[in-house]
Amino acid sequence: MKKRYGDQLFKAIAYIFGCSIIAMLGLMVWEMFRGSSFALDKYGLGFLFSSSWDPVTEEFGAWPFIYGTIVSSLLALVIATPISIGIAVFLVEVAPKWFRDVVGFLIELLAAIPSIVYGLWGIFVLGPIIREYIAPVFINTLGKFIPFFAGPSFGVGIFTAGVILAIMIIPTIASISREVIMVVPDAQREAALALGATKWEMIRTAVLTYSRSGILGAMIIGLGRAIGETMSVTMVIGNRPEVPDSIFDPAYTMASVIANEFNEASSDIYLSTLIEIGFLLFAVTLLVNIFARFLVWTTSRGIQEAK
Amino acid sequence: MESVLESVKKQKTNKLNAKLGRRRAFSSFMVSLTILSMLLALTPLFSILGYVLVKGIPALNFAFFTELPAPPGEAGGGMANGIVGTFTLIGLASLIGVPVGLMAGVFLSEYGRNRFGKFVSFLTDIMLGVPSIVVGIVVYALVVLWLGGFSAYAGGIALAFIMIPAVTRTTEEMLKLVPNHIREAGLALGIPKWRVIMLIILPTALRGIITGIMLAVARVSGETAPLLFTAFGNMYWNKSLNEPIASMPVLVFNYAISPYAEWQAQAWAGALTLILIVLVLNVSARLVTRKR
Repeated sequence: MKKRYGDQLFKAIAYIFGCSIIAMLGLMVWEMFRGSSFALDKYGLGFLFSSSWDPVTEEFGAWPFIYGTIVSSLLALVIATPISIGIAVFLVEVAPKWFRDVVGFLIELLAAIPSIVYGLWGIFVLGPIIREYIAPVFINTLGKFIPFFAGPSFGVGIFTAGVILAIMIIPTIASISREVIMVVPDAQREAALALGATKWEMIRTAVLTYSRSGILGAMIIGLGRAIGETMSVTMVIGNRPEVPDSIFDPAYTMASVIANEFNEASSDIYLSTLIEIGFLLFAVTLLVNIFARFLVWTTSRGIQEAK
Repeated sequence: MESVLESVKKQKTNKLNAKLGRRRAFSSFMVSLTILSMLLALTPLFSILGYVLVKGIPALNFAFFTELPAPPGEAGGGMANGIVGTFTLIGLASLIGVPVGLMAGVFLSEYGRNRFGKFVSFLTDIMLGVPSIVVGIVVYALVVLWLGGFSAYAGGIALAFIMIPAVTRTTEEMLKLVPNHIREAGLALGIPKWRVIMLIILPTALRGIITGIMLAVARVSGETAPLLFTAFGNMYWNKSLNEPIASMPVLVFNYAISPYAEWQAQAWAGALTLILIVLVLNVSARLVTRKR
């Protein structure tokens, strides 16, 4: 048989482009590591838990940003999860077909809106609403006993950031949960209904139990998005490099400190510190995504085996 | 005796009926909660669209599309350079991102059905989750420091980094939808594999791939974070691609956090333009794939 050089060449080219994905990711890890090595050498791991941030005296600690990122993304997850599962259940189990397509399109639209537009809306619309109407409710009830919910609210702060993030990750969690719920075999639903379950009992026992690890994966992918989200958070969180006492205080996140201060970084160590924060952000989102993919992957494989 | 038994039975059914009523009521309550959650998620969508329209339209005029930004605090001016800049950046990003993503997708679908392919596919998923601000830092270290300053090239490369995994993923999925018998028919005719891929399989999946590319373009057209320290921004027209370039999202960001009412009004107009670009891309992507 004659050799096909064209085929071999094309295969080689395809392999090169396939490898380019590995190269890109490798390059990202390497560049982040190289850029942050100066700060890593100078401050070590204590950097993560120190909460002083003073570029003038070159004292850098990442704790306020790590704390802000954790609190705002967890808040977003707490708000977004029940709503997203509700939407997914509504779309698969409740809504009529034509309505399903309309709402599906609108939810996709919510995902397509650029982050910067969320930020703009957050500054001028959501912030004032939270300051005037939502924050006082918490401050006057929970805030009286728990300092973490005490006021005052300025409209910008960690709570507003959490709400914006929740709105932004709802489409992600809802659409993945919807896919997971859709692959639940109809036999499961029919079995539950045949045993006399009401609609909700059927959803709870047959649908949600069956798809729980897929939904968990969806939540974690949503969490990953919330941790890395930059612009909208930068615009509403208030940008104060201190650990906040209350959920309504202005704070800072890892992503937003990079967005705000990278161009102003006047010294090498300042820049290297910011890159180190970026490296940490990168590493955390990598781990979160790997874990989530693993979860979603094992669920879909389990479903294929069950079929 | 019998009547006692009857009454006990009756009591039991009554109890069961009452319980069933409660269960049904609870079920309707939970179902209505799912409707409520849908409404809760759609409220911000309509609020955003409403505000962007109401506040954006008054600031949208001819000057907005033709003039350079006005100095701080002065009325008038526009975002003409930002609009041109955004399209330039999208063009540069597509020039790099589309071919690389396409070929990586071809690799995953046509040659990647082995362990190595699965690994690359997994990394593509991971890359989709990398925060865009991190891409900004990497491109700063790679391109900006290398070229010696902020530039349109750096911005385009940063956006390409975000486009590539998205294009790869959709290309792979669309190519995998092409039935195997089409591949086999082509190979059976004695056509070399690479020509089967280029002339038969790619055209078959073309619509889906175009949709994927349009959605990837829509995604990067609103990206701000990776541009902040790559393309940076520019208040004037560009003379070359090797200098900082303005873009819509960065202008909207700078205007939104400024204290000037005129700039804030223009930020809304910019947001409206951005949403329109994204919306047109999304809707036309849907039209491309709609079955004839």
